[in-house]
Amino acid sequence: MRFSGLRVLREGLTGNKGWVPHWRDPEPKSEYDIVIIGGGGHGLATAYYLAREHGLTNIAVLEKGYLGGGNVGRNTTIVRANYFLPGNSEFYSHSLKLWEGLEHELNYNVMHSQRGLINLFHSDGQRDAFARRGNAMINQGDDAILLDREGVREHLPYLNFDSGRFPIHGGLYHPRGGTARHDAVAWGYARGADSRGVDLIQNCEVTGIDTEGGRVTGVQTTRGAIKAKKVGIVVAGRSGQVAAMAGMRLPIESHVLQAFVTEGLKPCIDHVVSFGMGHFYISQSDKGGLVFGGDLDMYASYAQRGNLPLTEHVMEAAMTLMPMIGKAKVRRSWGGIMDMTPDGSPIIDRTGIEGLYIDCGWCYGGFKAVPGSGFAFAHLIAQDRPHDSAARFRLDRFRDGVGLMDEEGTGAQHNLH
Amino acid sequence: MRITCPICGTRDRREFYYQGAAEALHRPDPEAGEDAWDAYLHLRDNPAGRTQDLWYHEAGCGCWLVVDRDTVTHEIYGATLVEARHAD
Ligand SMILES: Cc1cc2nc3c(=O)[nH]c(=O)nc-3n(C[C@H](O)[C@H](O)[C@H](O)COP(=O)(O)OP(=O)(O)OC[C@H]3O[C@@H](n4cnc5c(N)ncnc54)[C@H](O)[C@@H]3O)c2cc1C
Ligand SMILES: [Zn+2]
Repeated sequence: MRFSGLRVLREGLTGNKGWVPHWRDPEPKSEYDIVIIGGGGHGLATAYYLAREHGLTNIAVLEKGYLGGGNVGRNTTIVRANYFLPGNSEFYSHSLKLWEGLEHELNYNVMHSQRGLINLFHSDGQRDAFARRGNAMINQGDDAILLDREGVREHLPYLNFDSGRFPIHGGLYHPRGGTARHDAVAWGYARGADSRGVDLIQNCEVTGIDTEGGRVTGVQTTRGAIKAKKVGIVVAGRSGQVAAMAGMRLPIESHVLQAFVTEGLKPCIDHVVSFGMGHFYISQSDKGGLVFGGDLDMYASYAQRGNLPLTEHVMEAAMTLMPMIGKAKVRRSWGGIMDMTPDGSPIIDRTGIEGLYIDCGWCYGGFKAVPGSGFAFAHLIAQDRPHDSAARFRLDRFRDGVGLMDEEGTGAQHNLH
Repeated sequence: MRITCPICGTRDRREFYYQGAAEALHRPDPEAGEDAWDAYLHLRDNPAGRTQDLWYHEAGCGCWLVVDRDTVTHEIYGATLVEARHAD
């Protein structure tokens, strides 16, 4: 079924009786060529690109809950390509280009909105660092504009420019940055994979990974054993547990990240605004809610909720930056489990076990990576060699210290990102 | 979340700095080799459930604590001084 404006009109006039489910609900087969563990954004995109780019369709995606019920449906939906370091820079640049063609390609409205992202700075030193980052973005072929204080004021007149601690000196403007509808991204990829023959199996938790003589042979699940020639692990916050099923320990610690949304308001925040010094960022959803968040709670956690000190910190930062927000009522807050690596950058690699691949370590920034990661992970699984855009996301970079990608420059150590 | 420091009593989470898995107490021998050092510095069990990790009572007595807690429920079972552990 193709979606179009005409189709919406026709269905609207005929009682919406013609819509059908966007994907099948198949029983798991006893064997597949490829099994993808995890039906989040990255797993679904991987399956889609395996089918689309490599013509492989004897594939199952195994999801322990429902499709899109993990972080892909819990994040604050920021999509950008403003990374600095080689490795991240080319990867996120590639991912943003995929985003830009995604809706046509999937024939699905993911509400990708390139409303522009502004990262604020508050000192001369920070201005220099942002100018350098902007140059790196431009060198990569992406867009960046360094705004002075008045430049920021033109876009964001409602900010408090003269707060005592962090007066606003300017901002780095990334016009192609923006947001997307997170659920729709998962659904769009799910539909695209399903229509090409991929089996999406929900309520199917992987409980074991079978190997024989150093080769993967399949998985054990709550819906029975499934044989597979190749297996991809893409389970975000649960990466440590699933990798342990294959006897691996990962350079990952799972942390909780919270987010908040207010009641729906008339349009007032047109961009994505990021106030790094206050650990705060915000945008307005198409429904009108102000969607905002801050930093990690900063302790290992698998609870999909955080603690109040961080909530207070985020609210304080919000009030410092834009006092007008004090009038809005917060409706909901929630948390998601982040797979944090020591250097804050991801992993897409082979493992020590033949036929077993892993895609993890997305920390708090893996939503924008969904297309790029799916594309690169599919390439790795299909061809058994990394895609150029993700060749630096090596699993063993911590072991030898070569090629660490520490964007924040704080050191490759757990708890510093 | 509140942690009971053996010296200061029950205090708010904000007084503490989180370091990470208590594995950090088991520093390998300098000559132990790459694998041992990689495991010590980077690889983690990362359990969903009961765990022991290191917290620093930064805004209190300044002691390092091993906190016994649950990563799924955030329940805290207790805390001991790192110093006391190393004594026995
Ligand atoms: C509050 C918050 C805000 C965020 N904001 C942003 C943002 O603005 N921009 C951005 O780029 N990123 C953001 N992120 C990060 C982003 O959401 C994640 O990095 C990304 O969604 C992770 O990849 P995923 O979509 O595949 O994960 P998930 O959707 O979590 O998918 C993993 C799936 O694996 C399944 N699974 C786990 N174990 C098993 C098993 N044993 N068997 C079968 N299935 C299993 C899970 O049920 C889950 O559905 C944010 C995250 C949070 C929590
Ligand atoms: Zn104390």
